[in-house]
Amino acid sequence: MLNIYCPHCGEHRSEEEFHYAGEAHIPRPENPAELSDEAWGDYLFFRRNPRGLHHEQWYHATGCRRFFNVARDTVTYEIHESYPMGARPSVSRDSEEAA
Amino acid sequence: MANRYSGFGLFRHALRYHENWQRAWRNPTPKTHYDVIIIGGGGHGLATAYYLASQHGITNIAVLEKGYLGGGNTGRNTTIVRSNYLWDESGQLYEHAMKLWEGLSEELNYNVMFSQRGVLNLGHTLQDMRNIERRVQSNRLNGIDSHVVTPDEIKKIVPIINIDNLRYPIMGSSWQPRAGVARHDAVAWGYARAADALGVDLLQETAVTGMRIEGGTIRGVETNRGFIGADRVGCVVAGNSGVLAGMAGLRLPLESHPLQAFVSEPLKPVLDTVVMSNHVHGYVNQSDKGDLVIGAGIDGYNGYGQRGSMPVIEHTAAAICEMFPMFRRVRMNRQWGGIVDTCPDACPIISKTPVDGLYFNCGWGTGGFKATPGSGHVFASTIANDSPHPLAAPFALDRFYSGALIDEHGAAGVAH
Ligand SMILES: Cc1cc2nc3c(=O)[nH]c(=O)nc-3n(C[C@H](O)[C@H](O)[C@H](O)COP(=O)(O)OP(=O)(O)OC[C@H]3O[C@@H](n4cnc5c(N)ncnc54)[C@H](O)[C@@H]3O)c2cc1C
Ligand SMILES: [Zn+2]
Repeated sequence: MLNIYCPHCGEHRSEEEFHYAGEAHIPRPENPAELSDEAWGDYLFFRRNPRGLHHEQWYHATGCRRFFNVARDTVTYEIHESYPMGARPSVSRDSEEAA
Repeated sequence: MANRYSGFGLFRHALRYHENWQRAWRNPTPKTHYDVIIIGGGGHGLATAYYLASQHGITNIAVLEKGYLGGGNTGRNTTIVRSNYLWDESGQLYEHAMKLWEGLSEELNYNVMFSQRGVLNLGHTLQDMRNIERRVQSNRLNGIDSHVVTPDEIKKIVPIINIDNLRYPIMGSSWQPRAGVARHDAVAWGYARAADALGVDLLQETAVTGMRIEGGTIRGVETNRGFIGADRVGCVVAGNSGVLAGMAGLRLPLESHPLQAFVSEPLKPVLDTVVMSNHVHGYVNQSDKGDLVIGAGIDGYNGYGQRGSMPVIEHTAAAICEMFPMFRRVRMNRQWGGIVDTCPDACPIISKTPVDGLYFNCGWGTGGFKATPGSGHVFASTIANDSPHPLAAPFALDRFYSGALIDEHGAAGVAH
């Protein structure tokens, strides 16, 4: 069972209070109508799905009902950090590789 | 086959105290080059190798498996086999598999214990029932046996079911009599033995760690046992497909999630069919050993940990206990998880790739066991001819760019 820290509530709560909301940091294209089919398909359907460090969005569904980001390892399930939408992660693939 | 299995043979071995059984397949050393390498020794990979050899005369093949044969999702699944999918493309693909299942034990000379005990897909709301009716009509147009049954008829098929639950009453069901279950290990072992007999090298504990691609063409794969060359490579690694695609510099529209199942202590026969409910996320059948085989939903988040989260178990156990109040006192024996590769439209990807000679068969997600023979059959044809088999063509990767998705969330969903 994951124990997730909600940066809005300032508390750790059990995974049942949250909904997973997919990969983080995917900007919506500025002008969808101008994209090629490939670029639009990539945006809609293709995700990183890494074995290891993953940056993802979570929704505190039965709590504050707000979204935030989490950096989590998809093999060990260790959560490195939670951080608000719009912020950059302090644990990134590059910093992980450097460490 | 050098060592044909038969009732008479079993009798003869019994007289010798079963001390003279031969190995079911060889344990060869890798050659430096193969015509075709199949990555992944699950049911789909082994079936692909078998049909390449038996249907297309290509026998210089290796199957590379990082662990042991059938140790991935094949050996972890709840073994439900059915073909009552909504759309023409998927209905026909799964029905192709169903027809192969019906002759499989004889074809492989291996008892895969395919048991056509029927599958119920329950409806608990008016909208469930509308969807079921639509799916059943579509099945019938595709020549798939499929019926809508009423609560009274369900009670006759499964006397121990509780249809009057206040929150989720059972309002009806689809019923496919030809559907059922098969023995998962036996399917992997049967294909493995038959492929080996045709000359296929089964290389276990051989993990692919990289792909050698030159000028846009596959040349072979790097493994923990060194480089192995190949003209064509078929990748059939379920939850690890994204990792293998990354080795080839490709991306796939897949996400990997744990899916779990559990089995109970063995009971006297009590349930002789398969009962599934999409709405409350639970499905159950009773194995020939007597244990209840219960499947859950996926964990909502991406993961490669082959275990699965506790809330999902709790949720599924609650659903099963509501549907079958008499199971409340049954104890569970074991629980495990597999990593399933879910696809945005809940349909597989059977496809050529931008790399010449490299093919992917993946995205079967929570429900690919039922397709094992059909998947191997059409994938073998796709590799042998370097062109999609007609039943596989709609499942190519380009559908995520053209928009021609085949949305099977209704028929596949959490259910298998
Ligand atoms: C709990 C659970 C219940 C399920 N229930 C059902 C059901 O009732 N009905 C149904 O139809 N489907 C069900 N499924 C889905 C079904 O199990 C799969 O769709 C199907 O078995 C996939 O078969 P496969 O051969 O493609 O994959 P797998 O059997 O997973 O085989 C892939 C193989 O690739 C190997 N591999 C991975 N990476 C590498 C590498 N780098 N090098 C070499 N080898 C590698 C793995 O070790 C593995 O053995 C269930 C799945 C799970 C987990
Ligand atoms: Zn919160």
